Amino acid sequence: MASHSEHARYSQTAIAEHAEGQQHPIRIYLVVWFWLFVLSACSYMVDYVGFEGYLRWGLVLAFMIVKAGLIVAVFMHMVWERLALAYAILLPPIAVLVFVAIMAIESDYTALTRMNAFSNGG
Amino acid sequence: MAETTLNGVPDEQTRPEGLSGVVADWSSDQRAFKSASWGKAMMWIFLLSDTFIFGCFLLAYMTARMSTTVEWPNASEVFALHIGGADVPLILIAIMTFVLISSSGTMAIAVNYAYRRNRNMTVILLVLTALLGATFVGMQAFEWTKLISEGVRPWGNPWGAAQFGSSFFMITGFHGTHVTFGVIFLLIVARKVWRGDYDHGRRGFFTSRPGDYEHVEIMGLYWHFVDLVWVFIFAFFYLW
Repeated sequence: MASHSEHARYSQTAIAEHAEGQQHPIRIYLVVWFWLFVLSACSYMVDYVGFEGYLRWGLVLAFMIVKAGLIVAVFMHMVWERLALAYAILLPPIAVLVFVAIMAIESDYTALTRMNAFSNGG
Repeated sequence: MAETTLNGVPDEQTRPEGLSGVVADWSSDQRAFKSASWGKAMMWIFLLSDTFIFGCFLLAYMTARMSTTVEWPNASEVFALHIGGADVPLILIAIMTFVLISSSGTMAIAVNYAYRRNRNMTVILLVLTALLGATFVGMQAFEWTKLISEGVRPWGNPWGAAQFGSSFFMITGFHGTHVTFGVIFLLIVARKVWRGDYDHGRRGFFTSRPGDYEHVEIMGLYWHFVDLVWVFIFAFFYLW
């Protein structure tokens, strides 16, 4: 570990640098890496085995969320940041989910309208 | 006050945790993000904006797919490769996924070595990450070539809904561009580490500011984000 005074002499960035500079044992990265491999293999198997319907979508979503969580939390060090940053970054994407809900309703309506129109000979 | 002191050492001990910590950080003067430098905070905010961009692409794809009355092409068959006399579904995409995850792993360990001031290992791992990223882009180019030769266009394809092509080219093209820029970014940071810029306080060509090893972590944030986006593309475009 270089001392703080050394950092401060070199750069503005360092002024806010946390005391540890995100030092974690390499083992934790290897464990997460291993699990990302396993989870990816699992989502691939969902397609390979040919699950359909809610089982397929549920498994795909579950593996996706766990993978995304592991990457953000450990690889991107979010669990070690202060909550002020975590909330500022992780809460706004909820707006995307709201947008998804709105557009899902809208698409259903569009599909219905199209089926109606096309069944009468376009 | 729990503020950054004059000598640049954050006064961690007096800072509240949990929700009261959020309120204290946001209502304090000078800065809201006590644990992140401005560089890291800005990278996070950029990634948040990128999240909205990719979110909107996937959203447009969902809207097109849900509202079309034409059958959506079966990704499992479209992206199958003919290996050893049999069609293996999605095999190229699966390999691409593993390559990108591996590059994320090497990146995370590169950040670790950078903070340990182990320049050799950091450079090796950064270059390895860049190589895996380039491999990914190469495989994507192969996939695009294959699909284009089979007749997939942004306005139509032989198997079903026309929006399949436009969604595919838009989403994977934008992601591939991100990976390509990431590879360039990785090589620039690798060169800086190799030259010892972060030890000697050499000024960057773009910002004219001296950097430090936190730049490797900030670079890593971008790279992990590219991997993160692929997790969503893999789930929604290829597996759905």
